[in-house]
Amino acid sequence: FTPASPGANGFHTSEDQTPFSDASQYCNFYEFGTGKSDPADYAHEMRTEPWTIEIAGEVARPGKLNLEDVLAKFPLEERIYRLRCVEAWSMVIPWLGFPLAALLQHVEPTSKAKYVAFETLHRPKEMRGTRSFGSTIDWPYREGLRLDEAMNPLTLMAVGMYGKTLPNQNGAPIRLVVPWKYGFKSIKSVVRIRLTEEQPPTSWQAQNPREYGFYSNVNPEVDHPRWSQKHERRLPSSIFSPNRIPTAKFNGYGEQVAQLYQGMDLAKYY
Amino acid sequence: MLPGSLKLCVFVACLSPLLWLVYAAVQGDLGPDPAEVIIAVSGEWTLRLLGLTLLMSPLRQWLGRPWPIRIRRMLGLFTFFYACLHLLTFAHFFLGWSPAILWEELIERPYITVGFVGWLLMLPLAITSTRGWQRRLGRSWRRLHQLVYPAAVLGCIHLLWQVRSDATEAVVYCAIFALLLGWRARAFLPTQKV
Repeated sequence: FTPASPGANGFHTSEDQTPFSDASQYCNFYEFGTGKSDPADYAHEMRTEPWTIEIAGEVARPGKLNLEDVLAKFPLEERIYRLRCVEAWSMVIPWLGFPLAALLQHVEPTSKAKYVAFETLHRPKEMRGTRSFGSTIDWPYREGLRLDEAMNPLTLMAVGMYGKTLPNQNGAPIRLVVPWKYGFKSIKSVVRIRLTEEQPPTSWQAQNPREYGFYSNVNPEVDHPRWSQKHERRLPSSIFSPNRIPTAKFNGYGEQVAQLYQGMDLAKYY
Repeated sequence: MLPGSLKLCVFVACLSPLLWLVYAAVQGDLGPDPAEVIIAVSGEWTLRLLGLTLLMSPLRQWLGRPWPIRIRRMLGLFTFFYACLHLLTFAHFFLGWSPAILWEELIERPYITVGFVGWLLMLPLAITSTRGWQRRLGRSWRRLHQLVYPAAVLGCIHLLWQVRSDATEAVVYCAIFALLLGWRARAFLPTQKV
């Protein structure tokens, strides 16, 4: 793979990286439980081989892609991104992956394609969180992007991090990384990609539309009913140095993505 | 059991969540985001100890022994202690000790407002928990300490309002508090003659 190199395109931040042990132990992946350590404890129960991604909807070349073919076709590069969770913590993670745009160009979106819908694997036998009777999430987990967001050069399909294969709890074998949006948009363990004409439903928006919008861009100016979004704890945080820093609009990627939202009221389209 | 040794046991038991937190902090076991662990542990133990405090007076009636009332004050004070730890954690990690941000949170986020009001209601109870205050306030002491009931209700709302995708835990806490408060509400029901 190509190591990340500094540049003006936002692909590389030189901020201190969150240690691998923290990024791989402190995760949100509700398919394995709602506790931060549940994914690291239970995600090994998920089988990731063989793995296929089904591509459907408004594309000229729909079909199923084997993970091996995907890896053979698209060269991997390293990207060092900030990751901002809606819960007001953040990390800096070196990902390995390829631009989603390359995959989409390969399947040739039709002129009707306006949105991209994603789905996570749903295999209750291997995902104990989906068997929890109190959970109100309608599995499988779904996410979506507007096509121009999906085609942005920052938008990555990641298969590794810290120079290694993705751990299961971080979304193995393949996941989305959209660094200017809250972390839950970066859907894990993707099995289905569908291009659509209409805006697709997403899991958190369906579960609580007042709190979670379709766009979910990192934005300190638009407050969340649950957590103030003006600051974040950059992890690792500790008792004596909480590492509380101000949050930047679009998670600091405004130069690369602000033009996508020109003329939009971001308080309305949160 | 001797009253003295019972009190010592309860004291050590109530202190153990704090000791666990300190031990985990020293060992570096609190993980990359200690704020989340400390706020969860202190919040849970505030509610658990508040429930135990409220259990003492029914327990005395059922057992016909005085010891539950003798440890009630300690349980109540530990409840307030964990509530303070909860609030301090919030101030330290989430507010950066900024009064302006506290004010903003109190106005914008109702679950924080009710949690804070719950803490405020417990404050005078903690201050007047001594024998001296009990004597000085006389009858009104009992009335004042009935503030623990609205504090418990606010604690439940504070928890319920934070449910994201799974309400099981919050519902269990609310059911327990409903039983504890409901048992007291019996007194206000018309007495049935058989």
